[in-house]
Amino acid sequence: MSDTLLSFEESLAAYDPAMGLEVHVELNTATKMFCGCPTEFGAEPNTQVCPTCLGLPGAMPVVNAKAVESAMRIGLALNCEIAEWCRFARKNYFYPDMPKNFQTSQYDEPIAFDGWMDVEVDGETFRVEIERAHMEEDTGKSLHVGGATGRIHGADYSLVDYNRAGIPLIEIVTRPIMGTREQAPQIAKAYVAQLRELIVALGVSDARMDQGSIRADVNLSLAPVGTGALGTRTETKNVNSLRSVERAVRYEMQRHAAILSGGGSILQETRHWHEDTGVTTSGREKSDAEDYRYFPEPDLVPVAPSREWVDELRGTLPENPTQKRARLQAVWGFSDLEMRDTIGAGAFGLVEETIAAGAAPQAARKWWLSEMARRANDSGVEIADLGVSPAQVAAVQALVDAGSINDKLARQVFDGLLAGEGTPEEIVAARGLAIVSDEGALSTAVDNAIAASPDVADKIRDGKHAAAGALIGVVMKEMRGQADAARVRELILEKLA
Amino acid sequence: MPEITRDEVAHLANLARIDLSDAELDHIAPQLSVILESVASISGVAGDDVAPTSHALPLTNVFRADVPVPCLSAEEALAGAPASEQQRFMVPRILGDEQ
Repeated sequence: MSDTLLSFEESLAAYDPAMGLEVHVELNTATKMFCGCPTEFGAEPNTQVCPTCLGLPGAMPVVNAKAVESAMRIGLALNCEIAEWCRFARKNYFYPDMPKNFQTSQYDEPIAFDGWMDVEVDGETFRVEIERAHMEEDTGKSLHVGGATGRIHGADYSLVDYNRAGIPLIEIVTRPIMGTREQAPQIAKAYVAQLRELIVALGVSDARMDQGSIRADVNLSLAPVGTGALGTRTETKNVNSLRSVERAVRYEMQRHAAILSGGGSILQETRHWHEDTGVTTSGREKSDAEDYRYFPEPDLVPVAPSREWVDELRGTLPENPTQKRARLQAVWGFSDLEMRDTIGAGAFGLVEETIAAGAAPQAARKWWLSEMARRANDSGVEIADLGVSPAQVAAVQALVDAGSINDKLARQVFDGLLAGEGTPEEIVAARGLAIVSDEGALSTAVDNAIAASPDVADKIRDGKHAAAGALIGVVMKEMRGQADAARVRELILEKLA
Repeated sequence: MPEITRDEVAHLANLARIDLSDAELDHIAPQLSVILESVASISGVAGDDVAPTSHALPLTNVFRADVPVPCLSAEEALAGAPASEQQRFMVPRILGDEQ
């Protein structure tokens, strides 16, 4: 059962895409949203639970002040208004990963609203308007047992761990993003990437998409080109990598276009994104399930942040990302093109951290945009998810700077890092990668190379220094790459002077 | 006057997972309508100067410091579960989708 797709170009020729992005950010507070249970990732099942987050009768929730503070800081960083007064609401539905049978959320009174974020794509700025950012709680985690696939369908029963139930979530919702045309997939990805960067700078979340601490839902609809109308949308859930955000938008544009151009109509529904196959499949129809019977949460009193508190938090915001980029570009001495490539590759934060860890700006940029980008591309992952940290890249570059290894050997060190063989120093030692600084061994290798190619040696003696390249190659090969090529050249010229 | 129809009651019952027979719906729907009308008479009393409220106490900003407190052990947490496996709550096969 596969969907019929129109090509991306055909989709654009007939239709304008409109997107809406909902991003859930799991906060890194020490405790849950409404109870004092800890929030450690990876704890043993059901060891971070209490009567409140298990929804036991009589348990009463109390709001985590730090979570409210983080929510407001996110809102302020997104240029939002902060509500003078707002309430929590119950969103009622039945699902076993939510033991209370309602999710405590916010409905028509979000803590933050009416903001925007400027997103940079290919050196151009696109303003994404933020409708709201509201507070809510995460659900438990289900394990589907039985059946062949381990997925929901075909499972015999499910096992639920409530450690995650009640962890604070901030849901950030954009207004419809229109007029993006062929840039729609890129803008969606850039928005989530930049939002993630902002969250990292605010320090309010682990911001790990691979661990689900940032999750994106992609709403997409198409309308006949030039009409400015909004078509029927689908909501693709749990798109959990930056690359998938881009791919999911592209896929839905092509799928919708095929249906609409064939005279069909789009079913308003939830779609599931499949990371492995890069397709979406039908979930449930939205109409009935959207009847959540929201009502104000009677167990929690309203949140009414004083303007003094809001101003105080405003003072804690990190530097505006656009200004920060301009400032660092000047400090690093990057050209506009280098800067654009760095941002486009999703490597800005990585380069920044690598430089902060001691690497020279151009060296940091070079490693991330060539070696790491190539490896990420080969493995089909985002550069940030490759498994090499900025500190490690800086450590490898430090070994190059110290003359212990050269760029070519450094690549083998990265192989070792990805294979989990230890620190860069340990890998150099274990794999025997250090450049041979033993002049005796080097000198012997040079003598051997000269003796093996007397004609080349004669040319060099005659002043044709360019011919030295052939001998350098022979020496480097004999030294298994572990020599400083510049020093080899010096030795050859000295000996044949 | 607010009125709740038999269809709306049936829909709500379905959402709330309450199984009502046709006879029960015939019986309950008109009663709920009367209750709604009675409650709605309050809005006739409240003037524009009375803000709608969802809480009995005039309190705002009741917060807790972000400091962990001891929680239940897995054994305690699972003590009331009808069934458990792998230290998790065991529930019937889930047919619908996650939210």
